[in-house]
Formats: sequence, C-alpha cells, structure tokens
Amino acid sequence: MHPLAPTHALSRRRALRQIGAGASLAALWLLPARLAYAATDRRLVVIVLRGALDGLAAVPAYADPDYRRQRGALALAEPSEADGALDLDGYFGLHPALRSLHEMYRVGELLVVHAVATPYRSRSHFDGQDLLENGTAAPRGASDGWLNRALALLGPSDRRLGLAVGQTVPLLLRGSTPVGSYAPQTMAELESDFLARLAALYRRDAIFAAAIDEGIKAQAMSDEVLGEEKRMGRETLRGPAAIRAVAAKVGKLLAAPDGARVAVIEAGGWDTHAQQGTINGRLAVGLASLAGALAALKEGLGPSWRQATIAVVTEFGRTVAINGTGGTDHGTAGIAFLLGGAVDGGRVVGQWPGLAQGRLYEGRDLAPTSDLRAVLKGILAEHLGLPRDAIEREVFPGSAGVQPMRGLIRA
Amino acid sequence: MTQPGAFAAVNRFGLGARAGELALASGDPRGWLVAQLQATPPQPSRLAGLATGAQNMAQFQRSRRQGAADAQRLIRQEFRTTYLREAVARTLTQIEAESPFRERLVAFWSNHFTVSVQRPTLLGLAGAFEREAIRPNVTGKFRDMLIAATRHPAMLVYLDNALSVGPNSIAGSRRGRGLNENLAREILELHTVGVSGGYTQDDVREFGRILTGWSLGRTEDGDAGHYKFQRLIHEPGDKVLLGMRYAEAGEDEGVAALTALARHPATATHIALKFARHFVADQPPAAVVSRLAQLFRDSDGDLAALSRAVIDTPEAWANPLAKVKTPNEFVVSALRATGFAGDPERLVGSLRVLGQAPFAAPSPAGWPDIAEQWIGPESVLRRAEWAMAVALRAERAHRPDAFFAATIGPVADAATGAAIAGAPTAAEGLALVLASAEFQRR
Repeated sequence: MHPLAPTHALSRRRALRQIGAGASLAALWLLPARLAYAATDRRLVVIVLRGALDGLAAVPAYADPDYRRQRGALALAEPSEADGALDLDGYFGLHPALRSLHEMYRVGELLVVHAVATPYRSRSHFDGQDLLENGTAAPRGASDGWLNRALALLGPSDRRLGLAVGQTVPLLLRGSTPVGSYAPQTMAELESDFLARLAALYRRDAIFAAAIDEGIKAQAMSDEVLGEEKRMGRETLRGPAAIRAVAAKVGKLLAAPDGARVAVIEAGGWDTHAQQGTINGRLAVGLASLAGALAALKEGLGPSWRQATIAVVTEFGRTVAINGTGGTDHGTAGIAFLLGGAVDGGRVVGQWPGLAQGRLYEGRDLAPTSDLRAVLKGILAEHLGLPRDAIEREVFPGSAGVQPMRGLIRA
Repeated sequence: MTQPGAFAAVNRFGLGARAGELALASGDPRGWLVAQLQATPPQPSRLAGLATGAQNMAQFQRSRRQGAADAQRLIRQEFRTTYLREAVARTLTQIEAESPFRERLVAFWSNHFTVSVQRPTLLGLAGAFEREAIRPNVTGKFRDMLIAATRHPAMLVYLDNALSVGPNSIAGSRRGRGLNENLAREILELHTVGVSGGYTQDDVREFGRILTGWSLGRTEDGDAGHYKFQRLIHEPGDKVLLGMRYAEAGEDEGVAALTALARHPATATHIALKFARHFVADQPPAAVVSRLAQLFRDSDGDLAALSRAVIDTPEAWANPLAKVKTPNEFVVSALRATGFAGDPERLVGSLRVLGQAPFAAPSPAGWPDIAEQWIGPESVLRRAEWAMAVALRAERAHRPDAFFAATIGPVADAATGAAIAGAPTAAEGLALVLASAEFQRR
C-alpha cells in the first residue's frame, strides 16, 4: 500500500494558511454583496478529455506489487530502465510522453489526483460526460454546466469572464451567465455593418440573436488581444497541431488585463479500446499532444501562469487489465491533473486503493477513492475564492457529503 | 403561391429546395414525399465506380503484412484520396438529389450507425459503409440494417470487434488473446435499446462473448477483406443477454441476439425518440414518440412504414422552423438553392471549417441533433462568413428578391424581406438570405 493518505496532503504550514484565508473571507462578508466577489485575477482552465483517459497509463503506479501483472503488455518500464516511466514520488510515475509535465511536477506546479471519479458508476461515455459537465450526480441532472453556475458566483460583470473554445459552447459552460468564445478564424471576416444588419434580422430568433451578440463581442475581444494572430490556416483545424495552436491563443486571451478568467478546452481521442500502446502508439500520441497543448497554454499565459490553475479531467477511467485487443475498456476511477503556478503541486494526492484483484471496483476497474467534485470544489473555494455554502448550494447541488479537498492551491 | 406545407416538405423532410422544387412539392407535399419512398432508386451516379469496403479492407490487410510503415503510408496517401472522393461524391449526391427525403434518411441512419474517420483506417472504409450497409436498407427492416451495419468491415474495425477473441476459444486459449467489449456496448447503448435500456455490465460482457468471431476473412471465392464468422475465435458456451439464454450456436447466436435487440421495446422507443427529434423538434412531444414507437413495434421495425408515419405526424408540419440545420444541412441546402457547387475539393473544406467534415463524427454517438450543440457565438459567425463567400460567387446568377421568394419567402416576415431588398449590394442581399435564421432552420 502506498502511504498516501488525506493527511499526507495537508502540512501544518498549509493548515495555518487556510486559517488565514478563512479569516479574510469572513471579513469580506461585511462588504456590500455586490462588491464581495468582484472579478478575480486568478485564471482557471478546465481541459475536458472526451473518451475516457486511461489514468493508469498517464500516471502508472509502477511500484504497486500488482501493477505489472495486472497491466501485462501495457505496463511501462521502471523509471530506472530505458523508456521507463518518469518517476514522481517513488511509487507513481508519469508516462514518458508527458516529459514537459514532469518538469512542472519537479518545480511544484503539477499535482496529480489519483483514483478519482465523478459519482457516475455506469460506463457510457455520453452519460459520463454529461454528468461531469452538469455537476450533479445524474446524467441530465441539470441543463446547465457547473462552471457556468460558478461564474455566476463571481458576481455581476459586464465582461465575459468565461471563454468557450470552439464553435459552440460546451455544456460545462452553458447556462444563464453569458460567456465569450474563441475559435480559429480561417475565412474572411465580415464587415461590422453587415453583421449589424444580420443581428437585426436575428432579433426575433432567441437562439440566433444571443449567439450573434456574443459572437460580435468575442470577435472584438480577440481582435483586440490577438490582432492578426487570430487568423489561422485551415491546416490548423485538425491534427495534433490544432489543439496546440488553439491553446496558445487561449492563454493570451486569458492573460489580457480585461480578458476572460475561466476557459474550457475540449480534446477527444482517448477511447483506446485497441492497440493503446505504451511508449509508442495511439495513447502516446494523444498524451504528447496534450503535453504540447499545456506547454502552449503556459506560454500564452505568460506571467499570468503564476495565477493559473489548469484542471485536466475526463469522464471516467479505464479497465485495469489489458483487454483482448491490446487496449482497455471503459472503467471507473482515473486521474485528474492540476497544473499552474497557483497549484501547490509536486505531489500525488488521494488514497491509493491498490491494484490487487480483490481491491478493484467490480473486479475490473481502479476503485474510486476520491470524488472529482471534492477536487473541483476545493479549486473553486481556494483558487477563485467562492464561498463554500454557495458552491455547495449552486455549483454542485447535492454534494454536501463531499468535503472539498484542501490545500490544492498555494495561498 | 407556395403553401407552408411545401416549405416543410422540402426543408424539414428534404434537403432544401433546388430551383423549381417548391413548386413541384406544393400540389401535394405529402404525396411528393411518399413517392420518394416507393420507388427503388438506382444508385446515384456520383457514387458509381468507387471501391468496395472489402476491396479497401483487403488492401489495408495486405499493406499491414508488409509492415506498419506500409499501412501508415496507405492510410496517409491512398485512403486520404479515397476519403476525399467519397466525401465529395456523397455531398454532391445530396446537393443534386431529386429524392431528397430519401437522401435525408440515408444521412439519418448513417449517423445512427456512426463510423468515423477519427480512426484513420476508416478513411478507406467510412464512405463504403454508408453506400453498402445503410443506403440499401433505408426503406427496409431495421433488423436487416442493424445486421448489415454490424457486419460491415468499417464497423468491425471502428469498434474493434474484428480483433475480439473469445478467451476460451481455440485461438484464444492458444495465444492468450481476449475480448474487446466496445462494439457490444455501443450496439446496446447507441444502436438498439439505448443507455436506459436496462442492460448491465454483465450484459455488455455476454454480448461481447456472443459477438466473438464476427470478424474479417475471405469469401468462398477467395476475396479478402469481407465480413466472415471466424469459428476459431468464437467464445464457446451458452450466454445470457438481457435475461435471454443463447445456447452455443456460433454465428447464429449473434444473429439471434441482434434480432431480439431489434425487436426489444426499448429499441422501438429509442429509435422513435431519435426519429421524432430529427423530424419534429429537439424535444419532441411524448405522444409523438410513443405513437412512432408503437408503429415501429407493430411493423417489426419497417423503416418505410416509420418514414410514412412521420410524414403523417401533424406535429412534424406544425412549426416549419422548429429545427436548426446542421452544418452539412446548411451547406447542402445553400448550394441546392444557389445551384452552385463550386470546386468539389472546397466542398469538404467548407464542411470542415463549419465543424462537420463528412464521416468525421467525434464519437460513436454520431453528430448531435439539437440546436444548442450547433448554434453558438463562433458558429453563427463562421456560417455567416461562409454565406458571404458563397454569395460573392453566386451574385450574378441570382437577384436577392427572387432568391428570397424561392427560399425562405413562405416563412419569413415582411421586415426580413425589406431588409434583404434594401441590402446595398446583390451579394450582401444573397448573403443575408443564406445567413438568415429562417434559412438556417428547417
């Protein structure tokens, strides 16, 4: 058994810091409500990996006595061996395709939560993603996203504090608080006069009217921040270069003084049922692309990286054992990454359930020991400074029994 | 004078009016649609001369035997070319279709049984899948389409069943290979009973065992790359799926299980909901869903009967603008309206820029069919930019007022007409029609 335990994550120094933070929060209650939670300088990016990332491949528990036997041909070599896992803490390692993340871990800017899962326990991607985004314990349990509900708690603002990356708004950011958007522009931009006339025609169609109003605002913002850089060649619309190029732009949009503060980026291709591979193969390609995107995001953020938390999440993990076709099937627990200058990283947190057959969930999956909502609640409280009761009531309703994880963020 | 009924016929059920089509449909809109279901049409000319899925699969298998590098090269070169030819042929077929309701049904069922080039091998197989497994069955029995889709090389590769091996089969016990439950799970969740269909993880596993052996091989004539039941990898023994016992019967187990799934009441409801969502509204009335489900059960999954039933559903005609067009529907309807297809290579580029490259759905669930998944701040701008680009190339062929009358005239109000008539240039007038909310709905 790995010695990780919840206490492991909470040093005395950090506990003292939390008391301090609590005191200042209490003081804020005395201010008029309108000013209490004004727009933050913190940045939060949520990267949704659609298709279910194999957490045990990204962060192998190479020292678990059952690791090699259970994973078979998918097991990575020991850190001391050629092409081995990159050691994190003597027990867990990182997939070699995540080398740039290893450096972040070393300087304390990457935190891994292992054996984490949403409350979803069936194995449908689509229901799993719906629940991951709606923030309740049930598929279709809400028609808006938990991150949109969190934005509402940041208080009134005429700015668009949320940023949807892509042509439409993912469920995670959908809801009553308007959000900005960014997608690569490859065609000729329209004259503002034409857009105004089109917007007037859209007045009687609520969906189109709302979309074009936000689109025009978003265009002005990306013109201001990115200028000519916002144009991209069509080749950037696909392949691993696409997400890297987009992530760099998102970093800049978040870094702008009056820019967005919260963004969502989606990346697919993690459903590795066959020929998943180890140091080469489908998953390694995906992980390298993710690492590239994270590096580009960091570069785009520039000095704002110090105030940033990037949460990388997925709908569920995959089976512990290799399946019959060199891959893994839909599972339960997996990993979440937290990265950024604001993250109190350099640690793997959570309770390790072990990989012995009897310890697996339903005899096949990594057993969940942490609720992803605990991680997210911890970030919203410590990173964005949202009040805990509102997080409980508005953002993750019905999660009162899930204690926020503490000490994820540097004070 | 065109009735709103004709507008719904050519837009909700069809792919948007080509020149003269509104007039064609306006006498008897329902009859115009039903007629498209009756005749067994010849294969559209654009689809002639394309290689079969089995031929491309065989080519892939040959290249794999030469080594991984050869297979990669095949995918990057020949298969990419195949993909572009298939994507262009399919899009032009939609743009030129004279039985657009039938083409819409092809697209609907193709999306229901999604295979996607997100798996690069599918670049050589996805177009053939639609031509071979879907197109011939859109007015046949659901069960037959389900079996044809499940057996197609594209599906066997996309959802990994070609490689799934019964652990206790003759080959499995010898080589230590095993099961892959991907296809079994997605047939249950996406193709038949649906995620609330009452199956468990054990059912997924059992169905996976039933489907072992549904793989690839040679025909009796020695042609490679075809569906073939491979006895040596079939998991022996009885299986239990959704409470029903399947005695060991080789390939027949799979046929029996798919037949039972096609007739399962949850499948009828699942299909009826998707059909109603496509033809009535994003959130269709429960009464419509239950009527269509009843018809599906009573007709033993007769898809022509289901299609006639949705034509006879008053709710499908009530609001002619209830649905938002997908990018594919938007592009196809715009090019049907302008009569301008442009450079075929650019067609696929247009669809990609607007977020819906052919045969490239992001997951086995296929493309979404609700407005909020397609209409957002960036997508409305991209669609408007594209509309302007098309208008600039079509401005000499159309007058904005006539173009307006021939497209959205029957449903747009006077203010929209006035704005279009008052546009400073013909190109802007045409672009306003194409980018209007009315044109982007159906």
